[in-house]
Amino acid sequence: MKKGMLHSGLLALALSAFTGASMVAHSAFADDTFKVAVVSFLTGPAAGPFGEPGRHGAELVIDAINEGTMPAPYDSVGFGGVSIEAMFVDESGGNAKQVAEYRNLIEKQGVDAVLGYISSGSCMAIAPVAEELQTLTVMSVCGTPRLFEGNNWQYTFRTQAHAVADSVAAALYIRDQLGDVKDYTGINQNYAWGQDSWKFFDIAMQKLIPGSSGSDSPQFPKIFAGQYGTEISTLLLEDADLVHSSFWDGDIEAFVLQASVRGFFDKKRFISVAGASAVDNLGKRFPEGTVVGTRGEYGILVREQEGELNEWFINAYRERYGVYPLESSYQYAQTVLALKAAMDKAAAESGDTPNKEQIIAAMKGLEFQSLAGNVSLTLGDGHQAVHPIGYGVTAWDDETDGPKLVDIRIYPTHCLLPPVNQMSEEWLEAAMPGADC
Amino acid sequence: MQATLTLLLDGLVYASYLFIVSVGLTIVFGVMKILNVAHGGFYAWGAYAAAYSIGVAAQLGLPDWFGLILIGVSSMCVGLIFGYLIERLILRRLYQHEEVIILLATFGLFLVLEDLILLVFGVNPYFAYQPMVYLGSVELGGIFRDVYSLSLLGLACLVAFVCWYILNRTKWGKILGTVIYDREISLAIGINVTTVYVWTFIIGATLGALGGAYISPTISVAPGISIDVIVLSFAVVVIGGMGSIPGALIGAVMVGMLRALAVHQFPELELFVVFAVMAIVLMIRPEGLFAPAKVRRI
Repeated sequence: MKKGMLHSGLLALALSAFTGASMVAHSAFADDTFKVAVVSFLTGPAAGPFGEPGRHGAELVIDAINEGTMPAPYDSVGFGGVSIEAMFVDESGGNAKQVAEYRNLIEKQGVDAVLGYISSGSCMAIAPVAEELQTLTVMSVCGTPRLFEGNNWQYTFRTQAHAVADSVAAALYIRDQLGDVKDYTGINQNYAWGQDSWKFFDIAMQKLIPGSSGSDSPQFPKIFAGQYGTEISTLLLEDADLVHSSFWDGDIEAFVLQASVRGFFDKKRFISVAGASAVDNLGKRFPEGTVVGTRGEYGILVREQEGELNEWFINAYRERYGVYPLESSYQYAQTVLALKAAMDKAAAESGDTPNKEQIIAAMKGLEFQSLAGNVSLTLGDGHQAVHPIGYGVTAWDDETDGPKLVDIRIYPTHCLLPPVNQMSEEWLEAAMPGADC
Repeated sequence: MQATLTLLLDGLVYASYLFIVSVGLTIVFGVMKILNVAHGGFYAWGAYAAAYSIGVAAQLGLPDWFGLILIGVSSMCVGLIFGYLIERLILRRLYQHEEVIILLATFGLFLVLEDLILLVFGVNPYFAYQPMVYLGSVELGGIFRDVYSLSLLGLACLVAFVCWYILNRTKWGKILGTVIYDREISLAIGINVTTVYVWTFIIGATLGALGGAYISPTISVAPGISIDVIVLSFAVVVIGGMGSIPGALIGAVMVGMLRALAVHQFPELELFVVFAVMAIVLMIRPEGLFAPAKVRRI
């Protein structure tokens, strides 16, 4: 009896293993579709300013490529000859949930590749699992440099430059446009992104503007805290004339609302590294004269920029969703374009529908045209993107009755990031050798 | 002097905010012995109702001060509707069960209320800054302060006074005291405990909604705003003693002042200080600073 049960068990195990292997072998490219999960915040405080616009950006470009309606160089139908079937997944709920969801997507839903992720915490948690499950994962927004510095991921890519580039570009803009800044302080969220942003900005400022001095007590309120009255008082009492912030989502909007009523922006220059979504959301309530960046050539920074791809994206997005595309719309669309470029390249090289290994080989070190600029995957052994980053100053446009950025400066990649195989922080501390900007 | 005044005002404004959002929680626990996690949902619905109605009023061209009236109206509507429906349809069926079952039910309700917000209002933020802009700012201690935030102090004092007055100077207060002391004896002497419960829950829900509605002009009203609030409210209520209104007041002042001190002098401790106070109080007085005396049954 026991022997019979043992045999039955072994048979069931062998059958299930065979079935599972068959499913894996046939999951990719079945029925000429490539199944992709796009992960972004669809609920919670980050959904409005980041998650939903990101999802819309990806959705718009995926549909257009599937239908062959995008302008050149993405005017061929499909991704390497196949269509993408996209499913949209919520990033809310913390890292543990994201890891479980990722496993579910790969092992049960049969997803071929995963795109997206906004939070640095999500990216750091997902990358090891992507390696374990050997699944192509292309990250869109997260900014921590630690994703590839000290790690050698084979299946993970990121199409967004990391936080060091944002911070160096911010310091360059201050040096070039504001010039006389000597004392500065900051208010940043108390987690990896906020802490890293302040640290890199502080180092870059001291290297680029010798004699400048950062505050000893910058503010680090909890993410999504909502109430900043005490922090605003503290910043107002400081002598520093410039305030740096990497606030994003509802936090930047709440801060601006609370600070503007107290005359904060009349007394301090303010630089917002990642708060561009608030410029659109708050409209006239967002103070003019604020330095704003979009972490690349995205959103309001390139709204007036000419170019067939950019103009198509803005018009198609407005037609479909009724609003202008924001920073994350561009970032997610950029990730989809990277996948399209890699799959087309792999298909051209193989002469057939590419498999996973061929797509990954094509993506490594890829150079591709994004909506408003070019992107190269040159850092992180060909897995980490570099691209120019711009800043501008907010102003109100009476003609369009909407916000705009003026005095825009866009810094090339060699000014912003270290050469291959050098750690960002070491490069910053060494006064950015090779970046003659 | 300037720094001291600023610190004092910052601490008191934050304490007022904490008291307003936590007093409803402590009233419901004090009377009904329900640890109401759904309180965060009332806060969020209050914020959304106020932000939405203020936005509509602005579109209709109504004056900015009208938003102040809408804050009161929307919080009462949220408290009445949700408080009544939840007490009648769900909680009333659970009173005979253990407290932990009711706690889980309110947690489920919290999630439902959050999802209802997504269903009704979507994910995009709402702004209702008109009342805050209308009240403007005033220079105190060398820096400008917005009058709207300072008005939180007045609102907190008003709420505290009304609670004190009702509990100590009215027949309703005496009835509440009796129900808090012993539900069964209250029933035996003819008190309609069912009515007391439903009104207590409505008042608790209204106070939670009032917290959200009053804060809405200062924030971006977006999904998830209530999560931090419910955690902070619990911290304040635990410090002061579950079910004690003076305890909630003292707890809010302690947390508010210590947090302000941390932000001004040791910003890196800001996250830590609230829960450090809670841990210390729990070590010394596990029942909280002002927990009401418990009945000893013989």
